[in-house]
Formats: sequence, structure tokens, C-alpha cells
Amino acid sequence: MLTKLKKLSLSLFVIFSSIVYVAWQKSGDQTNSNSLSLNSPNANSLNSGQATNLPPSANGSTQNYRDGQYTGQPADAYYGNIQVKAIVSNGKISDVQFLDYPQDRNHSIQINQVAMPILKQEAIQSQSAQVQIVSGATDTSQAFQQSLDSALTQATLS
Amino acid sequence: MNSVEFEKIILATKTKQTRILMGMPITVEILDPEIPEKIFNRVFDYFAYVDNRYSPFKITSEVSLINQGKIRPNEWSTEMKSLLAMAEETRQLSDGFFDVRTPEGKLNPSGIVKGWAIHNAANILKEAGVQDFYVDAGGDIEVHGAVWRIGIRNPWNRNENVKIVSLKNAGIATSGTYIRGDHIYNPKNGENVNEISSLTVIGPDAYEADRFATAGFAMGAEGINFIERLAGFEGYMIDQKGIATLTSGFEKYTYV
Repeated sequence: MLTKLKKLSLSLFVIFSSIVYVAWQKSGDQTNSNSLSLNSPNANSLNSGQATNLPPSANGSTQNYRDGQYTGQPADAYYGNIQVKAIVSNGKISDVQFLDYPQDRNHSIQINQVAMPILKQEAIQSQSAQVQIVSGATDTSQAFQQSLDSALTQATLS
Repeated sequence: MNSVEFEKIILATKTKQTRILMGMPITVEILDPEIPEKIFNRVFDYFAYVDNRYSPFKITSEVSLINQGKIRPNEWSTEMKSLLAMAEETRQLSDGFFDVRTPEGKLNPSGIVKGWAIHNAANILKEAGVQDFYVDAGGDIEVHGAVWRIGIRNPWNRNENVKIVSLKNAGIATSGTYIRGDHIYNPKNGENVNEISSLTVIGPDAYEADRFATAGFAMGAEGINFIERLAGFEGYMIDQKGIATLTSGFEKYTYV
């Protein structure tokens, strides 16, 4: 289940990245590799009103790529580099592997367990109210997109 | 082309500006009726300065010079020493989970620089007389004056929020990654350490929120208990199955 979910989240990223990539190409702003068009600066409009994707379920990319393995450029995630390899078979992305990723947050040290209150848990749900700002971990996902974009550029053009 | 070597303006209005700096979008919005001249440029210039001095990706940064052995500890800048002292304090408070030294012994203060820079940028705005504003660097935020409504992003859908909080004079930071998939495991012990998708921490300012979000995230599922034990902090942790765990005082910020 966990494995499936991870793969699904990856596929969502792949599909989203493809969309962003196409939009980026169409924008004509190809001289600037730092064009992170993924992030809408207008946080006020972040209100999809859709049901929460949990787990995300999206499938099928409309873009056909040439079969092969394509290694993306390393992209700066600020906390470290991200580099991905996209594997394309039958014109579809069949796998995305991480060759490099920020590892500075991985620590194996144990901390002491102390008596803790039972903390409340809830399944996450989509919130429809408008917000002014959004907090999220954007760094690595944007770097992921950058590296994947460069891998898919090779799959498309080479 | 190194993405941190130039900045890109992606939004510029009289009251809200976004630029790409330090490899991430940085946004400043001001609600005050009177906005000091060139204040946006001053804030973005500050982030550019921080990037130039502390980025491990810039070969001429002080961090890189230290890592290359080109400057000795007695030549380090006062600001660098002060930042490293803050990092050391955070390391001790987090029982070693927060560490600006990589396993290879190199210095990488990125985990503390971001929140620290946001907090310092907020101080630049305050000293210029600005009252109602926020500074947002890649999803880590410090808000002042007005009550701001802030969404916590769905880790699986960046266009969707899964929690909304109202904050005033506070910092909020989210640590997380979506890349710890099947191919990712802890190289130290070979174990998969990715049960957590994101950890959001609310604290007195962006520096405090960011450093403890970074430290708590490194702890995995135990991170939320670490935040629970910190006085003055609240947290919202989302695991890989989409189940959130809230610290006991988190709901006082929940927007309804």
C-alpha cells in the first residue's frame, strides 16, 4: 500500500511536471532555466474546491517520449542537489529514479522517549476557505521538477 | 547554469512582489497604506546578500571558502560565527538531529539560514516602519501586524490546502519532501526513514519555526512529540498515509 502510494505520488509529479514543462515551452521563456512557473505567486487563488486526492490517483500522460533512460541535470534544492533519471518505455515514463537528493536531514540518532499526551489525529481534508499565504515544502519538489524537466527534454528532443 | 546565480522577478506590484532567489520564490506583501521607497529592493537585496555569503552552491561564498579550507576559523566573519553558534544551540536542543555539519564534515548551514534570513528581512521591514506584512521564502513565512490566513499545503496536491491557520506576529515553516520514494533510504543504516510527508511548525518567528521544523522532520514520526515538548511551538505533521497529528495547542490557530 505504502509503495503504491509513493508510486502514485511520483506519477502525479511526473504528470504535473509534464504539464508545467509544456506550458514553459509555450511561454517562449526558454532562455531562463530558472523559470519556476510551477508556483503561482498569487496565493489568494489557491482554492481548488476539489475533493482531497488521498492517495493521489492520476494516470496516463498525454505526451509520448522516446524510449530510453534520461538523466536530468542536478538541480539546486538549496538544502542539497536533486538529480533524477527518467526511464521511458513504450513512450511513457515508466520510472523516475533519484540519483541524488538532499541527505543532510537524515540522522539515525535516537532520542529519548518520555511520557507524552496522546496527540489528536485526523485524516487530512481539503479546505476551501481562501488563504493569503501557503506554507509547504517547495524546495525539493521544484528542484525535482527542474531535474525531471531536463531529463524529459532529452527524451523529447534527442 | 547555476540557478542561484541570478534572480528572476516573477511578480511585481506596488504592494506585493515575488522573486526567485536562493533557488526558491520569495514573496513580500505589505498592507500598510504608505510603503517606504525601495523597501522591496532592500529586502530582496538582503536575500541576495545572504545567498552570496552562505550558499554552499556558490564557490565564492564564505561557506564554500571554509569548506575549501581557504579561510581559517579565526578569519571567519562575526556573522558566520554567530550563525554557527545558533546552529550549535539548535543541535543541542534537538539532541543532535539538527546539524549543519554533513556526514563528510563539510559545513552546510542551509537548514538554519533560511528561517534566519526571513526573520532578518522582517526586521528590515519593521525598522523601515512597515507594520502589516509578511515575508515568505519557499513556504516558510513570518507575518506581522494584521492577522494573516495561511494554508498548509497538501503534500500530494500543491493546489490544495489541508489546514488553514490564522497567525499574527509569528513564524510558520514546513519541512518535507516528496522524494523519499522506493529508491530512497537512509544510507547510514539502510532503513527506510520516510514515514513522514511534512511537518509544519508554528513559532514566535520564522527563524524559530524553521529550525525546529527542520530538526523535527529529521526525527521522523517522533518529530511531532519533539514539537509538543517545546514551549511556545505548535506542529502539524502529515504522514505518508495522509493522517495528520496535531500538537495539543495547535487548534488555537485553526481558522474556521
